[in-house]
Amino acid sequence: MKFGIVVNEGPYQHQASDSAYLFTKAAIENGHEVWRVFFYHDGVNNASKLTEPPQDDRHIVNRWSKLAEEHKVDLVVCVAAALRRGIKDENLAQGFRISGLGQLVEAGIKCDRLVTFGD
Amino acid sequence: MSDVKKFMFVNRKAPYGTIYALESLEVVLITAAFDQDVSLMFLDDGVYQLKKGQQTKGIETKNFSPAYRALEDYDVEKLYVDKESMDARGLTEEDFLVGVTVLSRAEMGALMDEQDVVLSF
Amino acid sequence: MLHIVNKSPLTSNTLESCLNTAMGGDILLIEDGVYAVTRGTAVEAKLRAAMGKFRVHVLMPDLDARGLGDRLVEGVLPVDYAGFVELAASNKTCQSWL
Repeated sequence: MKFGIVVNEGPYQHQASDSAYLFTKAAIENGHEVWRVFFYHDGVNNASKLTEPPQDDRHIVNRWSKLAEEHKVDLVVCVAAALRRGIKDENLAQGFRISGLGQLVEAGIKCDRLVTFGD
Repeated sequence: MSDVKKFMFVNRKAPYGTIYALESLEVVLITAAFDQDVSLMFLDDGVYQLKKGQQTKGIETKNFSPAYRALEDYDVEKLYVDKESMDARGLTEEDFLVGVTVLSRAEMGALMDEQDVVLSF
Repeated sequence: MLHIVNKSPLTSNTLESCLNTAMGGDILLIEDGVYAVTRGTAVEAKLRAAMGKFRVHVLMPDLDARGLGDRLVEGVLPVDYAGFVELAASNKTCQSWL
C-alpha cells in the first residue's frame, strides 16, 4: 500500500515528528511504500541542517535524511511555510527538497492513505 | 489530473492564536485548483474562523477572513458548520461572513465517513 | 474509518469531540491521547461507554513511555507501530483529530 505522511510540527518541541518517523519506518518494514512525507507549518523546521541536538539525544533531522537515502522516501518541505520560518535551500538538510503545496495535494490524490501528525 | 477525490478539511482551531487556520486555507485553495471535490468542516473553535467583522490592525496581522468569501470563485461551496459548536459559542448563522450549511454532529460524522482524504491542521 | 487522537482528555475536548462526531469504527490513542485509556481517571466511564460503539486501540510505546503501561483499561486493544500501520491500511481513510 502507498502511504503519504504529513508532519505539521517542528522537531523536539512536539512528539509529532517522532511519531511520523516511527510510523514511516514501521510502514516500510512491513512492506508498504511511503511515497512522500510532506512537512508543513512548523514541520518545515525538521529540514534544518543547522540542527544540533545534544549527543545523547536522537538526531531527528539526520534520521529523516537517512530514511530518505535508504528507502528513497521523498521528503518535501512546503515553500511558503519554509520561507516564513527561514528554511531555504542553503540550510536544507540532505534528502529534503523545497516545493509547493501542490505536492501535498498530489500525495492526497496518488497515495492510498494519507496520515497526518501534528498538534 | 484525471482522478478526482473527495477532500475534506476539518477546521477545529480558532484564527490568529495559531497559524493553522491560515495555512489550512492555503491548502484548500490549492486543492481546489487541482479540481478535487473539496469540502470544509468547521467544528469546535474552528467556527470562530468564519466570524464576521474581524479587525486585525491592532495585532499587526493580516486579516485573512475575506479569503473565505473568495472560496466560491474556486468552486468551493461546501462549507459545513457544526450546530453544537456554534450554539456553544453564542453564535448564529448571521454571525458568519459566508453562507454555510449547519449540520448536527451525526450529520458531520456521516459526511466524514464519505471522504477519500481527510486533512486536519 | 480510523480516528487518531493525540491529546489528553483531561486538558482538551478533542477526544470528546471525536466520540460525539464519529460514526463508529476504530479509534487509536497516541502521544498524550493515551492518558484516556488508563484506569481510574475522571474520564474512564466515558471511555468505557464509547467502547460499545468504537474499537479503541492504544499505541503502547506511548503508554509505556508515560509509565502507565500497567493501567490499561480492560478491552482496549494495544498496538505497536506496526499495528498502527495495519490500522491505517485496513481503514479506507484516517483522520487525525488535531
